Parts: sequence; structure tokens; C-alpha cells
Amino acid sequence: MDRREFAIMVVSPAVFTVTLFLLWEIVCAAFTVPLTILPAPSDVFAALWQYRVPIADNSWVTLWTTVAGFLGATLFGLGLGIAIGWHRAIYAGIYPVLVGFNSIPKVAVVPVLILWFGLGEIPAILTAFLISFFPIAVNVATGLATTEPELEDVLRALGASKLDIMKKVGIPRSLPYFFGSLKVAITLAFVGAVVSETVGANKGLGKLMLDAQASFQVPIVFAGLLVLAVLGILLYAATAMIEARFTGWAFRGQANR
Amino acid sequence: MSLVKLERISMAYGRGAAALMAIEEVSLEIARGEVIAVVGPSGCGKSSLMKLISGLHPPLAGTLTLEGRPVKGPLKSVGMAFQNSNLLPWRNALDNVLLPLEIVQPFRRDFKKNRKKYAQSAEQLLDSVGLAGCAQKFPWELSGGMQQRASICRALIHEPEILMLDEPFAALDAFTREELWCALRDLQAARKITVMLVTHDLREAVFLADTVYVMSKRPGRILKRCAVGLPRPRDLEVTYTQDFQEKVHELRSYIGMKK
Repeated sequence: MDRREFAIMVVSPAVFTVTLFLLWEIVCAAFTVPLTILPAPSDVFAALWQYRVPIADNSWVTLWTTVAGFLGATLFGLGLGIAIGWHRAIYAGIYPVLVGFNSIPKVAVVPVLILWFGLGEIPAILTAFLISFFPIAVNVATGLATTEPELEDVLRALGASKLDIMKKVGIPRSLPYFFGSLKVAITLAFVGAVVSETVGANKGLGKLMLDAQASFQVPIVFAGLLVLAVLGILLYAATAMIEARFTGWAFRGQANR
Repeated sequence: MSLVKLERISMAYGRGAAALMAIEEVSLEIARGEVIAVVGPSGCGKSSLMKLISGLHPPLAGTLTLEGRPVKGPLKSVGMAFQNSNLLPWRNALDNVLLPLEIVQPFRRDFKKNRKKYAQSAEQLLDSVGLAGCAQKFPWELSGGMQQRASICRALIHEPEILMLDEPFAALDAFTREELWCALRDLQAARKITVMLVTHDLREAVFLADTVYVMSKRPGRILKRCAVGLPRPRDLEVTYTQDFQEKVHELRSYIGMKK
């Protein structure tokens, strides 16, 4: 990384983030905003340090439920996407139900999940799963559906079966779509897990923030939000790295720009 | 005996009343080692003719035979290349060329075992079209003309009976196109391939083909069969001769003509 690259990729986001926190601090100090309305970053970081043990504890629960739900969604979404992309009849059959299901706000499903599985990690995992498989399935199906018909002709003329075409062309071709959708899905899975914890759970960041709010410990609520943001960035970065690793060919030219 | 024979072939897309006639009563023959070109206005069913001969689309009426046997399904003995090179971006040039061998029998059966041998013949093929040293390059590292050369190699690697080219040079600039004409000419001469070239470039048709067929507007019929008769090997210089120009001019007069 040369100096110019370093300035753009590292210095620029760091400066922006620090400036944002400084502005926030200044606004809180200048207008003497009460702690119960908007705590200053210094208060938030203090709370973060003071309650680091329970925050870390609950973050861990949120993190693993998110990842568990996300992994389930990845497998299921991939399978479903291939099925939808395989044949128009399957597409026509499944799609309306799928869109209908996706339109249901997942908050509304959480009470049902709690009813079935009780308070605990399972409703959070399932909510993360339910909210995040849809974009994966749709993207994989899109990738498969946009295979060039001429290329398909070339292979069919060679005597390739549908399975051959899928293996040699369809699936590799839809990989950029698949990995692209993972970035969306991981964020959604995270939202799903936290929403579920907020509705009802005995652990997790959502539950922690809910309890803090109930006892007017607003700095802890904001500390929770901060941790959520950081975890979100980390999860997103992890999927983006996997994407770049597996589908470098789709980002041709960018590497040597 | 001719390699491919079409007798009063008609072909339509769709069924029943909504069917759209693409080709009507086409009869033609392609001899082994012959290069034929099919020219005509756009939408005249040139590409449909290709789909038909490769067995991808069944005829509505008439008979289509390959070496005297009726064609019933997709023909493995066909290699195809199109205007768009359609190379797979995640494979390098060599792996792209090898793709048909992973699908067509008998190569497929022991592809892994013979991969080295196949890779060697693929590299030879790439060399012969002027792509020496490009085997490891990915499609985006190749120019449009080079991609098209690789695409033609892919169409030839499984040693098909007939090479079908659907406007393969249409997206290239004039000079690159002429270069590729020569590459195809040399390849054809060296390997004695049977070629069916679909094009709307009359100069290209006359330069490369032994026989040119002119098709009418949709539904496509054959308006004129024209033996080129220029001696081989042909040099690019031939395109500036009187004979050549007259042939092109003659063909032009049939384009867009009513039957």
C-alpha cells in the first residue's frame, strides 16, 4: 500500500469517525444535554468500560446466534435459489409464497417462536435465519437465470445435461451474486437476532439494552448500540473478505487499478 | 457424398396459430471440407438455420441428414462460436478451450487422466490462431479479437465434423476482422474443417467461402446459391480484384429482394 492508498483507505475513514464523535461530544457539552436524553461519547465509553463484562457476555450470545442463523440461511438460501433457478415451473410455484412470507415483518413472528421454543437462543437464531435467507435465494436464482442463452446452446449442442450446464456455467456464474447477497444477509441476520432479543429473551445485547432502558441507564443503551455497530462492521467485513477471495474474477481490473 | 443435407426444410418457433415461421423450404448441401456462407438481411433466419443443423431445434417439415443419417437431437459433432465470445470469465484461455472436453464423450470419460495431453493440443490450437503464450490469461486480459480467436479454438477442440460460426467477427473492428479472416482461412486449410459461416458481411462471405447462399427476408428462403470459384489459397489482396468485387456486387443485388 503506497502513501496515497493509505491516506484514502485508512486515514480518511478514521478522520471521519473521530470527527463524528468529537462533534457529538461538543454538542452534548455546549447544550448541556441531560444524560437520560443523549449521553456524550465520553459517558458512553465510560459505561462501556464499567459494564464490560456483562456487555461482552451478552455480545457473545448475540454474535453466535446471528452467525448460526446466518449459516443456516446461507445453506438454505443457496439450495432454494438453485431450485428456483433450475426450472421455470419451480420458480412459478414457489415465488408467490416466498414473496408473501418475506413481506411478513419478522417482529410479528418472534412471539410465535417464543411460544414454540421458549425464551432462549433458539428464537433469535430462527429470526436471524428467517430474515436473511430471502436475499440469498433471490440472488442465486437471478445469477442462474441470467446465463447467456448462446453459451447454453454451445453446451447443449455438445450434449450437456441440465446438471452439466449448472455445474460448469450456472453455479460459478451466480457466485458473485451469491457472495454479494451474503453482505446483505449478514446485516439482516444481525438485525433479526437483536429484534428477537428485544421482544423476548434472557440474554443478548437486545435484552441488555431493554433492561438498561427500563432502569433509565441510558449510557448503557448507547454503549449497546455502539457495540452493535462495531459487530455489524466486523461481520460485514468478514463476508466482504470471503467474497473477494472467492469471486476475484468478477472484480477484474480493480485489483490492479 | 455430402456431409450435411437439408431437403425442403421448414422451421418455426412456437406452436399452432401463433407459430412464427423462421425458415421455409430450404434445401442445401454441405460437402466435407467445404466452407459455406449464409448471408441475408437481419432476421432472415440465418441463426435459426444454425440451430437447426446443430440439432438444437427440430424442423417443422423436411428432412435433415448428417452423413445420410437423420438428425434427431443435439449433435456432438458440431462446434459453435458466436458474435459474443462467451468465454467463461472465471477460467483462463486454456481452461475455456478445454471446456467441451469436459462435456463431450469420449473425452469426458477420462478427462482427468488425459488432461495433460488435452492441454497440449489446446495450446497447439491456441498457437495456430496466434494466441501463443496466452493460455494462462483470463478473458478480460485479452482483446476482443483475441477472445474471439479463443472462442473459435473452443469450438474446435473436440474435433467436430462441422464448425458453425454465427457472425463471429461482427463485433470487431475492420482490421482485426481481416486478421481473423486469415486466421480462420489458415485453420480451415490446415485441418480441412467443414465450416458453416453465418454473416451479413458479403466481403467476408466471398473471401472465406466456397459457396455462398443468400437468404430472403423472414421467413427465410434460399434466393441464390453462388459458387465463389476464386482460387485458394486466397490472400487479402484478392478482395481488391475485379472478380472479387463483381461477386460481392452480384450478391448484394439479391439482398432484400422479394422471392
